[in-house]
This record gives sequence, C-alpha cells and structure tokens, in this order.
Amino acid sequence: MEKTINGNPVSVNEEGYLTDLKQWNKDIALEIAQEEGVGTLSPKHWEVIDYLQNQYRQNIPLTIRKIGSSGVTDIKEFYALFPGGPLKKASKIAGIPKPVSCI
Amino acid sequence: MKNLLILGAGSAGTMMANHLRRKLDKREWKMTIVDEATIHYYQPGFLFLPFGIYDEHEIQKSISDFIPSGVELIQESINKVDPETNTVLLENGTELPYDILIIASGCKPAPEETEGMKNGLWYKDVFDFYTFEGARALHDKLAEWEGGKLVVHISEMPIKCPVAPLEFAFLADDFLKHKGIRDKVEIVYVTPLGGAFTKPFASKKLGYLLEEKDIHIVTDFYIEKLDNENKKIVDYGGQEVDFDLLVTVPVNKGAEFIGRSGFGDELNYVPTDRNTLQTKVKDNIFAIGDATSLPASKAGSVAHFESEILTDNIIRYINGQELEPGFDGHANCFVETGNHKALLIDFNYDQEPVEGSFPIPGIGPMKLMEESMLNHMGKLGFKWIYWNVLMKGRAIPFIHPQMQMAGKKIPDKES
Repeated sequence: MEKTINGNPVSVNEEGYLTDLKQWNKDIALEIAQEEGVGTLSPKHWEVIDYLQNQYRQNIPLTIRKIGSSGVTDIKEFYALFPGGPLKKASKIAGIPKPVSCI
Repeated sequence: MKNLLILGAGSAGTMMANHLRRKLDKREWKMTIVDEATIHYYQPGFLFLPFGIYDEHEIQKSISDFIPSGVELIQESINKVDPETNTVLLENGTELPYDILIIASGCKPAPEETEGMKNGLWYKDVFDFYTFEGARALHDKLAEWEGGKLVVHISEMPIKCPVAPLEFAFLADDFLKHKGIRDKVEIVYVTPLGGAFTKPFASKKLGYLLEEKDIHIVTDFYIEKLDNENKKIVDYGGQEVDFDLLVTVPVNKGAEFIGRSGFGDELNYVPTDRNTLQTKVKDNIFAIGDATSLPASKAGSVAHFESEILTDNIIRYINGQELEPGFDGHANCFVETGNHKALLIDFNYDQEPVEGSFPIPGIGPMKLMEESMLNHMGKLGFKWIYWNVLMKGRAIPFIHPQMQMAGKKIPDKES
C-alpha cells in the first residue's frame, strides 16, 4: 500500500515496513524512529542503519548475533540504541524487511 | 581420474552422492564422501520421539546403507578445506585432493554458545530436541513430568526446521491433554522474532492455533543467559521468563571445520550463491542444505530441491557451461498441529505460504495452509518416502524443484 512518510510517498507493507529500499531516505528514517519510540538518531544509529542496509543489499540474512559481532556495535549497545525488539525496529527504520521465519 | 568429494553424508550429501554417481562416468570420475558419523538419523523424527509417537529404532539407519556402490565412504572427521590447493585435510592426517568439492556438512545445535545453557540443568530440566540424545532424554522426562510451566524457546535464527518449535508446542498440548495434566501446565512459547507467525498471511490465518491451545507467547526475546539457580532465561533487553521445564532450541551452527577453513560466516555457514549453489569461496566449491548461508529454510525439503538443481549445475560446470540460477528458495513442509492434524506449507524466497492445492493444481489431494488429517498422514508417510525414495536420489512424482504458482490462491494485497 502507498503511504506518505515525512512528505515522501513510499510503498509499505501492512506493518509499515518499506517494500523498496530505493525509496528510503533519512527523513523517512527520522519519522519512523519517532513512531517506534526510538527518538532522535545519533551517529551510532546511522552507522547501524548503514550496516543493515549493506547486508540486505548483499542478500545476507541478519541476526542480532551478526550485528553484535560486526564491529559496528555490540548486542548490549544495539538494545540500548533500539529498545524493545532492536532488530525489528532497526530494520523498519532502515527501510528493509522485518526478520521472519518461514510462516 | 578426477575427484569429486562430498563432505557430509546426511540428507543433502547422500542425495548428491546418489544423483551424481548415476550421471558421472565411472571411468572419469572417482567419487568420495566423508562423514565421521556412522548413523543416519531421520531428523524429522526427533519431533515425535519425545512424545512416544516414534520409537528410537525407526528413525535411524546406517549411513553406509545409502551410499551407492562406486562412491567411497570415509568415516573420519574433517580438519579443514584448503581452497588454494584443492585439498581436504582429515583429522587423521589424510589429504584428499579434489577437482570438485560439495559441502553438505549441515548444522547442529550449539548450546555452549549461550551462557549457562549446558552447565547446570541440561538434560535435567533443560532439553533440546533436535538431537537424538536430547529427544530421547526429553521423552524420559515427559513420561514422569507432573506439570508446571513448560517453556518452548528459540535462541536465535536461523535454526534447522524453523517450524519445529511451534510443532513441538502443539504436540505438547496434545500429549499433556492425553496424559490428563494439561490443566496443571502453562505452555509459553518464547521467540526472538516478532511473533509465533511472522508472515502476513500465516499470522492472519493461523493465529487461532495459539489461542485454541492456550499457548502464551513472549516475543522479541533474545537470550543472554540461562540462570540455572533461579530456573529462568534472561534476555539482553532485561526480559525474564521462569520455567519448570525448558525445551530450548540452542543457537545452530555449521560444522567446525568450516570455521577452521577460514571461509565461514560468524556461525560457520558457507557463503553461497542463492540461485546457483556455487559458493563464493571458489568456483569449484559448491554447498547444499543446512551448511549454506542462504536465506532459505534449513529443511530436508530444501536440500531435496537443491540436490536436483545442484546436480544439473555440477554437470554444467564440468561441461564448461554457464550455471543455471535455478534455485528459488523452494521449501515444502508439513506442520504438525496436534490432534492427528497437520498443515502443509509451500513457499520460496519471494512467495509466502498461502492457501491452495498441492501437488496437483486445483486437485490436490493436499490442501495448503489448512489443518487436515490427510496432511498428518502425509507427514507420517513421509518417513517411508525419505528412506526409500529421497535418500536413493529418486524423484517424487508431481513434485518440482521450483515452487509452482499454479494451484495457489494469492490473497488481495490491498485487503
């Protein structure tokens, strides 16, 4: 479905995740971060978002462990940056799909 | 003579050995398969063992029974692969040169990855069920258990057979009802993901199962440690879940030799092209099944579909032809829901599981995403197919390696 986020028309799924990373920009990330209760985004937030997007573009499945051992952040800090479901929230802000299982 | 070497004689390696021995000229290609284990377990049976639905004898056979003549089976552990010299080094010092290498070494639970998991209540009040030892120990525990709080827990994705924990919870509900103690048990399902069902259609269509079976759910729980003293699991965000009996799916990891070889990811999975199954390590190294880093399910059906595509691609590679990007992430799984019923799901990288008929479009006889006794019979009957058809590298009628859209009902995305 179509939606306007911070003045940008984008396609999202029913849970509000962007369906096309090419439509993503930083203004969109800022607004989703507010909606998700993450608040303002620090340079560390942007670093994590950039890492997630790069992994996604290479078709590499993301896990909290992978992020924790990426050198970008550690698991404790990842939780502090995106409290309450960090991978789910960080993915949404980064404009990439939510981590899923087969059903 | 050229050498084709397969590492791992589980489902994927065994299927590749059978497929390729028929295709490759015996005068030109020597084939070797290496696995330190001697028993081939029917892994889907581990789900049934704790509840006494299968006994331990019907889910194990000798690995050597399934390796065709013309393929040498070496039962030794693997030290490492050296892609530079096209050699595999075994623990006993033997060096095996190869022209083509297929990595089919699977994955396994690694409880030692989580603080406190393996030291303390392990196999007393804390169990895994993805290993023969764990499933058998859990069977004995459930037989004497008088009730309390049963926590079914997933440590981290990816895991092999991602639906099995949910199936375990459903079958536990059924088992405890029959035992007459369901009213004395609280079942809690704890997942690192955002829900028990994570795909849109499944969430809508199957959410009722948890309510109907009174299974409580804790989401977004990423375990930091197991507190043996207070019998609880603790996550990085500070959430805690206490338990009387914990059935956990530990972190899954690929084989250790992959880590030693220096080309695995942080969980020892082999970086692999998601469509051709050629690894990103070197052109003459291919990977299949649970050993790969692919964003596909780690499941026997996936290994089965991949085996047909990889067989073609190995022949293409030998003939100097371009590889076919044929693998679409296709998986097909029965999902036990208890009470002699099961669901059937069919999906790939792009298409989530939806309703429909399978395997023959519009006819079935199986229905997708609907509970039925026929699907349950299918799941039980599959054991025979596994031993007698799949592991011998034979095709199952009407089943294609690529997922078929025909027969599927695609829900209106806007609704």
